[in-house]
Amino acid sequence: MINKEQTLLMNQSKKGRKAINLPSIGVPETSLPDSKFLRKDIELPEVAQLDLIRYFTNLSSLNYSIDTNFYPLGSCTMKYNPKINEQISAIKGFASSHPNQSDENIQGNLEIMYDLQNELGEITGLPAVSLAPLAGAQGEYAGLLIAREYHNHNNQKNRNIALIPDSAHGTNPASASMAGLDAVTIKTTNEGDIDLEDLKNKVNENVCVLMLTLPSTLGLFEPNILEITKIIHDNGGLVYADGANLNALLGITKFGELGIDICHSNLHKTFSTPHGGGGPGSGPVMVAKFLEKYLPYPHIKKDGGKFIQYKPEFSVGRLNGFYGSFGILVRAYAYIRSLGAEGLREISENAIINANYIQERLKEHYELTSSRRCMHETVLSASKQKEDGVKAIDIAKKLLDEGFHAPTMYFPLIVEEALMIEPTESESKETIDKFITAMIKISELSKTNPDEITNAPLNLPVERLDEAQAARNPVLAWEKK
Amino acid sequence: MKNSPYIPSTDLDQKEMLQTIGAKTFKDLLNDVPKKMLFPALELKEALSEQELVEFFELMANNNFASKSISSFMGGGAYNHYIPSTVKSMIQRGEFLTSYTPYQPEASQGTLQVGFEFQSMIAQLFDMEVCNAGMYDGPTALAEAALMACRIKRNNTVVIHSSIPEKSLEVIKAYSKWQDIELINYDDMSNDESSEYGCLLVQSPNQYGEIEDVEKLADEIHSKNGLIVQHTYPISLGLLKPPGQLSVDIATAEGQPLGVPVSFGGPFIGLLTCKKEYIRQLPGRIIGQTVDKNNKVSYALTLQTREQHIRRESATSNICTSTQLIGLMVAVYLATMGPNGIKSVAETSYHRAHYFASELDKIDDFKLVSKNFFNEFVIETKIDVSKINKVLLKNNIEGGIDISDKDSNKIMFAVTELNSPEIIRKTIDILGEKID
Ligand SMILES: Cc1ncc(COP(=O)(O)O)c(C=O)c1O
Repeated sequence: MINKEQTLLMNQSKKGRKAINLPSIGVPETSLPDSKFLRKDIELPEVAQLDLIRYFTNLSSLNYSIDTNFYPLGSCTMKYNPKINEQISAIKGFASSHPNQSDENIQGNLEIMYDLQNELGEITGLPAVSLAPLAGAQGEYAGLLIAREYHNHNNQKNRNIALIPDSAHGTNPASASMAGLDAVTIKTTNEGDIDLEDLKNKVNENVCVLMLTLPSTLGLFEPNILEITKIIHDNGGLVYADGANLNALLGITKFGELGIDICHSNLHKTFSTPHGGGGPGSGPVMVAKFLEKYLPYPHIKKDGGKFIQYKPEFSVGRLNGFYGSFGILVRAYAYIRSLGAEGLREISENAIINANYIQERLKEHYELTSSRRCMHETVLSASKQKEDGVKAIDIAKKLLDEGFHAPTMYFPLIVEEALMIEPTESESKETIDKFITAMIKISELSKTNPDEITNAPLNLPVERLDEAQAARNPVLAWEKK
Repeated sequence: MKNSPYIPSTDLDQKEMLQTIGAKTFKDLLNDVPKKMLFPALELKEALSEQELVEFFELMANNNFASKSISSFMGGGAYNHYIPSTVKSMIQRGEFLTSYTPYQPEASQGTLQVGFEFQSMIAQLFDMEVCNAGMYDGPTALAEAALMACRIKRNNTVVIHSSIPEKSLEVIKAYSKWQDIELINYDDMSNDESSEYGCLLVQSPNQYGEIEDVEKLADEIHSKNGLIVQHTYPISLGLLKPPGQLSVDIATAEGQPLGVPVSFGGPFIGLLTCKKEYIRQLPGRIIGQTVDKNNKVSYALTLQTREQHIRRESATSNICTSTQLIGLMVAVYLATMGPNGIKSVAETSYHRAHYFASELDKIDDFKLVSKNFFNEFVIETKIDVSKINKVLLKNNIEGGIDISDKDSNKIMFAVTELNSPEIIRKTIDILGEKID
């Protein structure tokens, strides 16, 4: 790994350098607007093209990525991102397609969106689909808006509570707040299942929706799912499934058949679109037929032989400037079409086997939160190692030194010293075995030489950061020396 | 044999793993799933080989006019600007493309330093003190800016200036609907000295391309104790005074024009900048500079106590995954352009737009109604706008946006450096002919 410091562009900048030649104006010039509207100078870096390319290329080499490392980051589904999907989304007819163009000139785009709506509807068993949400969190928000509008429409404006398990992802309660719902926490058992007694105590006529993550954030399938959806429905509420973990369920079971009314899915997880260091993503929302009329717009339907966009009758509104993350939708649809039904089922099968294999081989070395079979990910606890002074974060950093990206740590919040491992179907047994060997080595080391772990990482471009200073004295942009 | 090239496990690997697990078959791992709901029928389209996949999508792309377009005059929130080779080559790097959000900073310095460059360059372009690492898109950035201003001022009345386009307004409505926020029109703002507001939202250049007197509006809303939020077109800042010099408190923009393809409306990036005193109310990710154990300069996500993974229902927003990779495109774009490049793109767009507009104005049946505009303008005409666009499409030119109302036919054109002088002249010639 290159270990030289990369000087910020403004500190490399020299007047007179440039990285590109641009066309001249080429037409007769007009007078400029009044000087009170005009800018005097702009401070931006001036660099030559090679220096720019070298800078960004060297920066890229400081990253771990799926293309370079095993990345078992739980709840994030860091699977292979097929190269062909990148190539397809860059086809001129897609990339230079203008979103204000009228329907008859964008039939190709609309057909792709229509087909993707249908495929996602079939995969989840929730047939009415909106591709508008720009990430999982926006998908959640869309789902909650739909739930609110539905109750509103049925003269039940009083329903302003979202029941959310304590093991849920932070976006769930945050989305509930944005939708003006009170987030009421539901207890979960040690194994992350909904505490049925607590649920029964808290369900009432003011409940709008239960937000459930399935499989749970502990990587386990909720065994009481049918009873849970019945409890909520009997009380007039709706059931929302956070489908961020859909990689476990393709062709295994369908949300719609389990009594779930609304779900979202992250295309940047299960459907292989690249995460890009933190987006762009896409988080379509899927709902049961009776909720179709509340979907965000634009929604796509087929009318005769033509594909058209329209606004559903009681639509919750527009969530972004245009159609959603179209370039991401194209990639996800290409992924689905390259696999088909049988291919998708195999994805989940292998994701689940790989996770269980890791769980089984590590369970003697790390505390396991549950003895049950896991789905696509397993949550271990470093509580044993903590007795020797080694915490989850230390294990994460040591893994980085061993060439593996770290698992998700300290999530879900209900597990002490959590290490959440999601191998995905993309990894070979050989890679997984190497990871297991490293995990076992770290566990042994925690007894014999814990300092070697707590000092990690030593092999990366930087050692542990002073994150407290970054927050105490925020430096958020380049400053002149 | 597996059906997918994306799965390395062989049948033998699977068998060995299942043996280690102590399960006979895969199905034994699924005891928690209700039996009746296990392995449902899945009726999907048939799987395609890689070659067939390309053929299929080429066919779809050919059903879009864009596949044969030679030039476009369409704007209205998404603009065609030249995308340099540097941008296209850097986003293909798998190290950027296939990494996750930089929660492990030691293994993500690439993404983090690029994000810091992005924040720095956007702050400089806007002449604002701070910028976050990116929002979903322009309209959502504006909507979140409005919510942010209301939190800062503890006043939930948002004043909407007529410069804000309908689509943005619709997004603001969807974002504020359940939060007890009142949206009022600028014209309905009270002149009463004592009345106070949360913020005023203004777009300049406005929804029809005209430059607004933002400073005057800023004074007005400040006198009513509200913040001013300006939404802008980032390329225009190569020529026009930036928000930071117009007394603006929070400035947002659609970042797409800075090196990102129009791609049917996404993925884009929302730019969100503000005065430093407001950072604790900013939504989204922020990257900060710090040092490591050896005092080496390094970068990390910071001020995370604002965010959903820590603050949950009290977070400043629910946003999690945002648009880091698009931020890379914008950063490489601005670094490639430099101060002179961005100025050149802005000036070329301005002059070509004004030339095109004045030439169109000379044609019978066409009347230029815009005055103080940047690169987008409105033409009033007796001709049916769809007919105008049809004639242009026949020549493989993408026309303007139909903004006709009940009183008159109107078409809005956007011009950038990508519309060459030859194309502009050709378009003028085509429209100079009788259209019917
Ligand atoms: C369980 C769960 N729910 C929701 C989300 C939010 O998705 P996004 O980051 O796309 O907004 C995530 C991922 O970050 C997640 O893991």
